[in-house]
Order: sequence, then structure tokens, then C-alpha cells
Amino acid sequence: MLSDLSGWAITAVAVLGVLSVAAGVAVFVVDSMARATFALLASFLAVAGILLALDLVYLAVVTALMMTIEMAIMAVFMIMFMMNPAGLMPMTMVHNAKGSAVTGAGAFVVLVVGIWTIDWPTRDTSRPADSTRQLGEAIMGSHMLVMLVIGIGLFATILAGTVLATARGRYDRFGPRLDSQRPDDPVSGGLRR
Amino acid sequence: MPERTLAEAWGLAPAVLGVVGLGLVLGLVVAVVDRVVVFGASGAAVEPIRSSARLLVEQRRTTLAADRLLWRIGCVAVPTLALLSLAVVPVAGRTLWSTSADLVWFNAMEALLWAAVWLVGWGPNAVHALTGGYRFLAQGLAYELPLMFALITAGLAAGSLRTTDVVAAQEGLWFVVTMPVAFVIFVASAAAFAFWGPFAAPAAADIAGGVTSELSGVDRLLVEAGRAVFLGASAAMAAALFLGGDSGPWLPGPLWHLLKTLAVVAALVWVGRRMPVLRPDRTVEVGWMVLVPLTLLQALVVAVLVLNGFYA
Repeated sequence: MLSDLSGWAITAVAVLGVLSVAAGVAVFVVDSMARATFALLASFLAVAGILLALDLVYLAVVTALMMTIEMAIMAVFMIMFMMNPAGLMPMTMVHNAKGSAVTGAGAFVVLVVGIWTIDWPTRDTSRPADSTRQLGEAIMGSHMLVMLVIGIGLFATILAGTVLATARGRYDRFGPRLDSQRPDDPVSGGLRR
Repeated sequence: MPERTLAEAWGLAPAVLGVVGLGLVLGLVVAVVDRVVVFGASGAAVEPIRSSARLLVEQRRTTLAADRLLWRIGCVAVPTLALLSLAVVPVAGRTLWSTSADLVWFNAMEALLWAAVWLVGWGPNAVHALTGGYRFLAQGLAYELPLMFALITAGLAAGSLRTTDVVAAQEGLWFVVTMPVAFVIFVASAAAFAFWGPFAAPAAADIAGGVTSELSGVDRLLVEAGRAVFLGASAAMAAALFLGGDSGPWLPGPLWHLLKTLAVVAALVWVGRRMPVLRPDRTVEVGWMVLVPLTLLQALVVAVLVLNGFYA
């Protein structure tokens, strides 16, 4: 299975794998939200590095891109909502320690058993010249339906999250009869709408 | 198989050194042009070097309970990411590193720059710096999507995300002719990611310099150099993606690319320095409600042209 990977690629995957796990552990060890967020980002970047070593450039770069944006936005919310944003007081990132330990160990066992017992299919064709093109054709072709459902699901989640999070609705913006010409917003967006 | 990347053509170490050197020269050019536009020509070529040397020997100031680790990481990351984004910009017809996802690589470096600038604002544990960091996040969020669509439009017309393919696809007609909106938005977003010119609100005077307010010595040099290098790299990328890269009559190709890059830098600085700083709260809605639909429309026009075989 690993035979067509070069020696340095296997080394890189191993080193980056350890790095990503270590950074993942760091998320729960550090006592500042900013450090936890960026430890998580470091973990994701290590995963992107693994994809890069496996010659899946597009997936690697897109992982780095999306996770960075995600973590940057997460930093805003986590620091807003967590009890100890700057690490000025001792805090712990671990909640429900026993339950999460059991869940974590269970998931680990299931995954490891699955990885080593499943009869993985072997590749019967040669490697594609351009994995990016192959991925694009899969997403826009045979897997179009899945991608569309996921896309709409994610978008609905974003909208639902925003609706739940905001205290202001259209009656606050446009008045009880919704007849105000201009919305009454605490911060004007710039277009005067 | 012909050599495709600079690393293959020159050897890895000379190619990396060459691109880093080129990045620093581009950054210096941006700083010099900026100084010429703001203060006039006298001493413009020497001043950036002199102030860099001064910052190098300056003692570092610090603040109470600073998050040193994250602060240093942010300061080092800004110039590093600017140089890494240069890895997919063609130099003499080749890029340092060529993959089937060059444009996404460029975009990812910008996104990482986002996180790095926030860290620079977070690190010193100071209110003005943190305000600047948050302003940069809001601004980046609004300009990230238009920038993505602008980049993708160029890739769409070329049928490839590889920079050298995009340059090759412009042999007949420069992309700026059919995608002027994408070109302008790409250059403007580059300025926004370098929080420079009209997009300098994260480092504006009303918050005492924002993200840069607590920087001193080497840290300030790294961040300021990173901004300049990133502007230069973006100008070179704009010249490659929209202005035909190294195509042009009489002169050798690389010289043409350099001239176009210099023209983009000059235009960017000349226009940017004549505009007031835009308030982020007044511009994010413009980003979402005007620029995103505009870039989508631009992508649609280009897609229809592609289907009609216009670029073939």
C-alpha cells in the first residue's frame, strides 16, 4: 500500500502526524483561548502538510485555507464567550473528563479496529496525472448530489446559527408595522439600507 | 520532460534564495515608490534602507503580560507568508513551485496572513493593537470572497489553476480586457490584506497605529517589510494573471513582467495614497452586497465566454 510513496514522504507523514496529535493535545493543555485556537490551527496545518506529502496539493491547500479562516473566526467567538480569554486565571479546556475519556477511547478503538480489519480496495488503475482535475470531476460529476446536499445543509446551519444568535429581528429593524424606510441598526453597514 | 519549476531549473537552494531576494527587492521598490508619492523624490531610495537598519539595532519595547510566543509567531509569519505567496508567482517564465493548485496556494497564504496579523494585534496585550487585529479580521472576512472569485475567474478562463498555464493562456489577449472587475478587485484586495492605503484602518491613526502600535525594533521591521513584500508579490501576481505576464514585443520576457509589475505598483500606490482611509464598518456591507455579486457576475461572463470557445 505504501510502496509507491517515497521514503521522505513516509517520514513526513509520520512526523507531521505526531505533530498534529501533539498540537491537538496542546489545545487542552494551554490555559488561554488564543493559544488553544492557534494550537488547533497548527494541528490542522500539520494535516494539510500530510496531504501535501501524499501529493494531494489541492486538498492540502484548501484544508490550510479553510481551517485558517475558520480558526480566525473561531478566535473571535471563543474569546467573546469563554470565561478566561487571555489566560490570566487558571482554567481548563476539559469538561466532563470521565465521559469524554470513555468516548475518546471508544472512538480510538473503533477506528483502529476498522483501519486494520477492513479489506481496503487496492487501486487497479495508474495514478492520475492531475489529482486536482480528478477531484473536480468527481465533485461536479458523480458526487454532485452529495456535495449539493452538504452545501445546502451547511448553509442552513449558518443561517440557523445566526438567527439563534441574534437578538434583533426584522420588527426591531423596521418597526412594529415593518413600514420604516430605513432600518434602525446599531451599526450602519455603509449602504444605508 | 522540460524543466517546469525554478527549483528544477536552478537547483533548490539558488531558486529559493533568488525568490527571497526578489521578494525583498519588490518590497523595497514598494517602499521607495510609496515614499516618492508621499514625500517626493529626495532621498527616497535610501530612506527605507536607513529606517530598516535603524529598526534592526533598536531595542525592543515590551508590554505588561504580553503573550510573547503568539506575538513573535505573528511577527515572523507576516513576512514569511508574503515570501511564500511569491513561490507561485512566475519569475522568468517559471514558478519556484508549480502545482495544479497554484492560485489556491496564493489564496491560502493570504488567509494565513489574516491569522498572523490578528496574532500581531493580540500578542502585546494592548487595547489599540487588539482593536486593530479585530478590524483586520472584519475587513478580511469581507474581502476574502471577492478576492477568491477574482482569482478563480482567471483560472476559469485558463482552464487551469497553475500560474504558468494562466500566463500561457493570455498569449492572444490579456485577461484584463475581459475581466477588468476581477483585476481591480484583486489589486484592491491585495491592498486590503496588506492593510495599506484606503484599507489601513487596522493600523490607522485613530487607534494609535492599531496592530503596529506596540511593535518596535526587529518586530516592526518584520511586519512592515512583510506588508511591502506582500504588496510587491501581489503586484507581480496581478501582472501575471491579468496583464499577460512576460508577453510583449522587443524586450525580453522577464523584463516585460518586471515593467508591468512596476506599473501596477506605481498605479496602486499613486491611487491608494490619494484616497482616505475607509472605515471597516462602512465598507464591509459594500464588500458583501456589491463586490461579491459583481465578482460573481464577472465569473459568469467569463464562464459564458469559455463555453463559447473565446479563450481557446
